[in-house]
Amino acid sequence: MTQAYYTLAVHPEKCNGCGECEIACAKVKADSTDIAHSRIKMLRNFKDNFFGPVVCMQCGEPTCVKSCPANALTKDPETGVVQWHEDRCVTCTICTLGCPYSGIYYNPVSKNVMKCDHCGGEPACVKVCKPGALEYMKNADLYKEESPLEDLFAPGLAGCMGCNTELMIRHVLRHVGPDTVLAAPPGCVPGQCVVGMNGECGCKVPSFHPLLTNTASMLAGIRRFYKRKGRDVTCLALAGDGGAADVGFQSLSGAAERGEEILFVVIDNEGYMNTGMQRSSTTPLGSWTSTTPVGPSLHGKPREAKYLPLIMLMHSCEYVATASMAYPLDFHAKIEKAYQASKRGFAYVHVFSPCTTGWRFPADMNIAVQRKAVESNYFPLWEYERSVDRLKFTYPIDDPQPLESYLSLIGKFRHLSKEQIEQNKAIAIKRLRTLKTIAEEGLLDLEKMKTSGTWKVEEEDELAAVVQGGMPKSHKSAAK
Amino acid sequence: METKYLIIGSSHAGLSAADEIRIEDPDGSLTMVSMEDCLPYSPTVLPYIVSGKVAAEKIYLRDDQYFKNKNITFLKGKKVVKVDTQASKVTLDDGNVIGYEKVLIATGSEPTLPPIPGLKESKYHVLRTMKDAQEINKAAEQAKSAVILGTGLVGMHAAEGLAEKGLKVDVIRGRRPAVLPNYFDKASMQMIHKVFLDHGIGCNLDNQVASVEPGAGEKAKIVLKNGNAIDADMLVVGTGVRSRMDFFTNVTPQMEEGILVDDMMRSSVENVWAAGDVAQALDFFSGKKELNAILPDAFEQGKIAGASMAGNPEALAAVEGLCKEEGFCYNGGVSMNTFNFYGNRSFAVGQSLIEDDKDYVIDVHADVDSCFYQKFVFKGNYLVGAIGINSSLDPGVIMNIIRRKVNMKDKVGDFINHPLNVSRRLMWDSWRGVAKV
Repeated sequence: MTQAYYTLAVHPEKCNGCGECEIACAKVKADSTDIAHSRIKMLRNFKDNFFGPVVCMQCGEPTCVKSCPANALTKDPETGVVQWHEDRCVTCTICTLGCPYSGIYYNPVSKNVMKCDHCGGEPACVKVCKPGALEYMKNADLYKEESPLEDLFAPGLAGCMGCNTELMIRHVLRHVGPDTVLAAPPGCVPGQCVVGMNGECGCKVPSFHPLLTNTASMLAGIRRFYKRKGRDVTCLALAGDGGAADVGFQSLSGAAERGEEILFVVIDNEGYMNTGMQRSSTTPLGSWTSTTPVGPSLHGKPREAKYLPLIMLMHSCEYVATASMAYPLDFHAKIEKAYQASKRGFAYVHVFSPCTTGWRFPADMNIAVQRKAVESNYFPLWEYERSVDRLKFTYPIDDPQPLESYLSLIGKFRHLSKEQIEQNKAIAIKRLRTLKTIAEEGLLDLEKMKTSGTWKVEEEDELAAVVQGGMPKSHKSAAK
Repeated sequence: METKYLIIGSSHAGLSAADEIRIEDPDGSLTMVSMEDCLPYSPTVLPYIVSGKVAAEKIYLRDDQYFKNKNITFLKGKKVVKVDTQASKVTLDDGNVIGYEKVLIATGSEPTLPPIPGLKESKYHVLRTMKDAQEINKAAEQAKSAVILGTGLVGMHAAEGLAEKGLKVDVIRGRRPAVLPNYFDKASMQMIHKVFLDHGIGCNLDNQVASVEPGAGEKAKIVLKNGNAIDADMLVVGTGVRSRMDFFTNVTPQMEEGILVDDMMRSSVENVWAAGDVAQALDFFSGKKELNAILPDAFEQGKIAGASMAGNPEALAAVEGLCKEEGFCYNGGVSMNTFNFYGNRSFAVGQSLIEDDKDYVIDVHADVDSCFYQKFVFKGNYLVGAIGINSSLDPGVIMNIIRRKVNMKDKVGDFINHPLNVSRRLMWDSWRGVAKV
């Protein structure tokens, strides 16, 4: 089985492009100052100030090894290093055809292919990297930032096979820590034993089961109570889309408007999945649910989904973000920002959570489905921070995949007509365009727009006239 | 004997299928049949055995321990003479019969002979098996001169190998008046041709063989169409190959130049898969089924065939988009190869042969004196082909930019000006998991 190997970790954000690593490598490997001998290659782009060394990643399934006709490349099962054996190499260079990351290349001076071998466990490049952009570490430690944090959720999965919600609960709780009160209104989250079963609690933080309607208001009271007692307790809600967008909306909207210090996480599986897959207001257009069946007259849900994150943005929340477990680093960064923001005001995170049972797709495809949703711009990942008053795409998709590639993965969309697919595309484009406009121009802040020139003074006059009860000039002239 | 999985052929496609089957199904009985009486090896390495670059005993792709560890029955030196697809039985040349549940045809290809009068009657060598290579080496010990028929990879590799052994070598073209016509365009081909001429290889691309007259032992007299004749101590033929697939009885799978396969390497007959040089699969550019007999395709096809044989292809087929993404479906073969000659290196990928076509933008940098050539073929914002001779580019990076259809948008100009840096950066950016800021 695979094990944790040592790896050369590259941190491009720390790299300054000095090139000491190349020189050190050439020195150790060929006793030369000619960096043609270096197995590590510096990428420099001064246009966007990008620096980063390219080096063999010692792949788990290396294409170079598989395409070697002479057995001159092998993956060492002990160290994980892809070893090159000079005595067998015929220099056909077919290995270089397979590697997408320039991990193995032809050295025109030595007339051989060459690749990184970790210097047998003491990489010379790492020793000379002053900014710390190169690190030699176990690959399992790459993501260990979160691992010292205690897992506050019971082991195992009490939900459906392949459910993403369990993963999400585990990561959120781990990040916010034990000083938390958790509210889980009816839905899949308490269904996963968060609030307990047979007198036992499923998580290691105090949790309770509010009504669908009053989650945010109960949490607001708890937060205020603890604050009065002088304790800083994180008040966390893990609610479904029904508990946020439909039944729970009035208390959610109220709490957000009052700026209650709550971290409100919504797990959007686009319907009432735990009660038998009924439609909710976030169910997308054309989607099959048990209450929007597919038949001769009805072809899934006739109305488009409510895009709750934008509605929450208009509540002047401290922090609003959309997130997906398919992008765990992005997810953790957002939970951290939301956690900090919830100490100042209302923080809202909208998590995309495909439902293997209710959406009808294979249980092992959940992450892949999420990835496709993001890559097709169906579910753009973005965040809004009030402190900087900026909406930012955290994982912009430059070259989106067709929406069909996402829809075709999911059973609840299988019946979609061409027209419905086109409608869904139009909805996705509309959303993206709105978000992009806000990202580029900001929320309609007149002062800011005046300085940037996007708002003309005449328009301001017109607007001022409307706001003050008068009639805009243009209308006046039309009236004449 | 009976076996659940039967793999006929033991080179890249067969081995990669065996590896993949063992990932999905560690216990199902698996038998691999090889017609040669040795451990698995790659035909790609044979020219280097002729040139003496590497010793034959070093290059075997697997050892006996591998078959023991993976619980694979390896039958070597047994040729399959009959595949009965209805009875699901295979007959070997020693008369033994193997019953299978699922069979993979990974038999590769065998050399073809051009219709030249006298050739069949003469003593000639081909280069497709280890035995061929050893026979060429043995003949070369005695010979002072050699004639090579064919200017493909096998012919040119053999020419250099034999010339380096001190033989006087003449290369005579097959049908097309070019060197490596499958990969290199006219300008780059002329550069390669010149290097061979400079190294004393006779390689006149105007001439063709009219007839061959057998001589004593290995000797032969090669008569050219212009009337000249060359006396050679040995003759090597490398004018092409055809798929090895003449063993089907009862129901024969659909075949053209190779066995026609779908995107999971299934033939038209149930429980019969094909991969590698014998399989005619989807082409990346044309969308038609074409033969693309190259090593990287062989192991990829083998992997897909193995996954499809041992896994649950129907479940994957239901989610077609993912099937492609996760590498369980064949995305189409891209022509690619590397060719190294006299200390020079070259590669060609994708639609590298396109010249003078208004649908494509072509960028060429060449310097004949230093034997440098770099060509890019763009279709819109997409790179579709490239050639490099002594270019510092990474062939794998270029190949993946083509295969992954990386949209370069406004970076096409940048790419042409700084191809090494920009190509590496494009791959860096496309690496999943790097957060974009």
